[in-house]
Parts: sequence; C-alpha cells; structure tokens
Amino acid sequence: MDKLITAYTYFGEGKVVVNKRLIFYQEKISTFADFIRSLYKQEQVAYPKFYKMDSLSKLGFISAELLLKNENIGRFKPGSLAIVLANSSSSLDTDLVHQESIRNRSAYFPSPSVFVYTLANIVIGEICIKHGIKGENAFLISEKFNPGQLHEYVSDLLDNNQAEACICGWVELLGNTFKAVMVMVEKDNSGSPSKPEFTPLPFTETAFNYLIKEN
Amino acid sequence: MDELIEKLKKEVITQLNLEDISVDDINPDAPLFGEGLGLDSIDALELIVLLEKNYGIKIEDPKDGKKIFYSIRTMAEFITEHQKKA
Repeated sequence: MDKLITAYTYFGEGKVVVNKRLIFYQEKISTFADFIRSLYKQEQVAYPKFYKMDSLSKLGFISAELLLKNENIGRFKPGSLAIVLANSSSSLDTDLVHQESIRNRSAYFPSPSVFVYTLANIVIGEICIKHGIKGENAFLISEKFNPGQLHEYVSDLLDNNQAEACICGWVELLGNTFKAVMVMVEKDNSGSPSKPEFTPLPFTETAFNYLIKEN
Repeated sequence: MDELIEKLKKEVITQLNLEDISVDDINPDAPLFGEGLGLDSIDALELIVLLEKNYGIKIEDPKDGKKIFYSIRTMAEFITEHQKKA
C-alpha cells in the first residue's frame, strides 16, 4: 500500500519551514530559548504550560503545533493516530541540568519540574495531551538520523492497521544546537487539506532524507 | 508582610516559569491551585523546594501543604511564623 507524507515541518539553521513555506527565520540564534519563545509568540500558540516544558519538549511541541495547525485530526478514528519520534541525544540536555542540581551535596535542590523531563518520550506526552492523541507511540534513540528505521517502524504500524496515520520525525536538541523534521504519514490523501505550496510525497527513506537536507 | 508577599510573587513566577504572568496579575489571596494560577502537582513540589531553598524551611508533613500553599498570603504567613520561632 502506498503511503504519503501529507504535511511536514522543518527546524534547522535558524529556519522554520511548514509545507515548503518559510514561516520564521533568525539569521543569528543567540539561544534556543530565545528562538523558540519568539516563534511561540509569532504563532500565538497560547498554551501556558509551554513555558514549563524543557527545550526538547518545546521543540517537539511547537513542531507538532505547526504540523497540525490546519489539519483536522478528528477525521481519524479514536486511537488511530500514532506518534513515532527519534533523536540521538535523548533527553541529555535536561539530564545535564538535573545532574547539576544534585552535584553539590551541600546545595542539593533537585527540581521536580526538571526531573519529569529526564525522559525523551515526554515530548510525545506533551503533544498527546494538547491534541488528545491516544494512538500507538514510541521514541527511538539512534546515533544518527536513521530514515530507514523510522520508515520501517511506521510502515509496519500502518500496514498492520495499528494506525491510520502517524506523526513521525526526528527531534534532536542539545544546548543551542537543534534540528527537527516532523511529517504526517497517511495511508491515503483523501482527508488531508490541500496545501498551496506542497504536494504530498510518497513516504520513502529518500523523501525523509530530502526533507531533512533540502529545506 | 507586604514586602514578603511581593518577594514571594516574584519567586513563584521564576520558580514555576510563569512567563506570561506578572507580579500585578497575582492576587495574594487567590487560591494558587485549581483556579487562580491553575498550578498542578509538579508545581506543588516546586513550591516545597522553593521554601527549603530560599527560606530554609522543610515541610515535614505533606498534609500541611494544602493550608500553607493555599495562597501567596498563607505562604507568607507561614514563613513569618516560622522565622519568629527560629
């Protein structure tokens, strides 16, 4: 069965691209925090819990917000929208913050709100809470971007009717270095709203590589 | 007391990352949980850490938390009372 990438978002080199349209650009990024706060305000997301998230969750959350902005995910049966994300640094960015807070025994004040983000799959939880998504989910860790692994995992979910569609992507962040590509993969294109600048791509490893490199 | 209330408001905003909220937005008598600032259970734990880190106060019985963290004013009263005893 042919599967399609019906929408995508890209974050990298100061650019944010949604379905081939550049929506945000910062030539010089001082910090990831400033970058993502500016984007959050521009997009008028209005979700106060955003500020409490760690950096990795902010990146994944905003990426999903932009991906789903004009999508009606209510068209999928309950529990049939899956999420499969991957990266190489897992939650190391937040793990280091937590480690710093427990390093000094005489000033031992670990933060509960930091600790809850010391797992990469919390990113998926934040997206699911916001959008009421209850489908299959997984967060994979691999040394490098591995489109073959993602392709195989997501294809298996869709081919075996474990999901009708899947939000899938690479969400990598460590310090102020980050890159993300998130796609919506569907079995067919019948319900996806048309995008003026983006024609759905066949869901292949090549397409994934194209989206992460060519934007 | 008023000075401590203002200080606490700033500390709560910082500790809980309430970036869209200013000191003037916080009514010292409004409930911190449920309504008001809409804080959650992780925020409650952060407030316990705040008291320990900034004021050296350890809450021994978690059941006391409900009363102490009802509002900014009840927090301030608890701190003042604790400092008098010390």
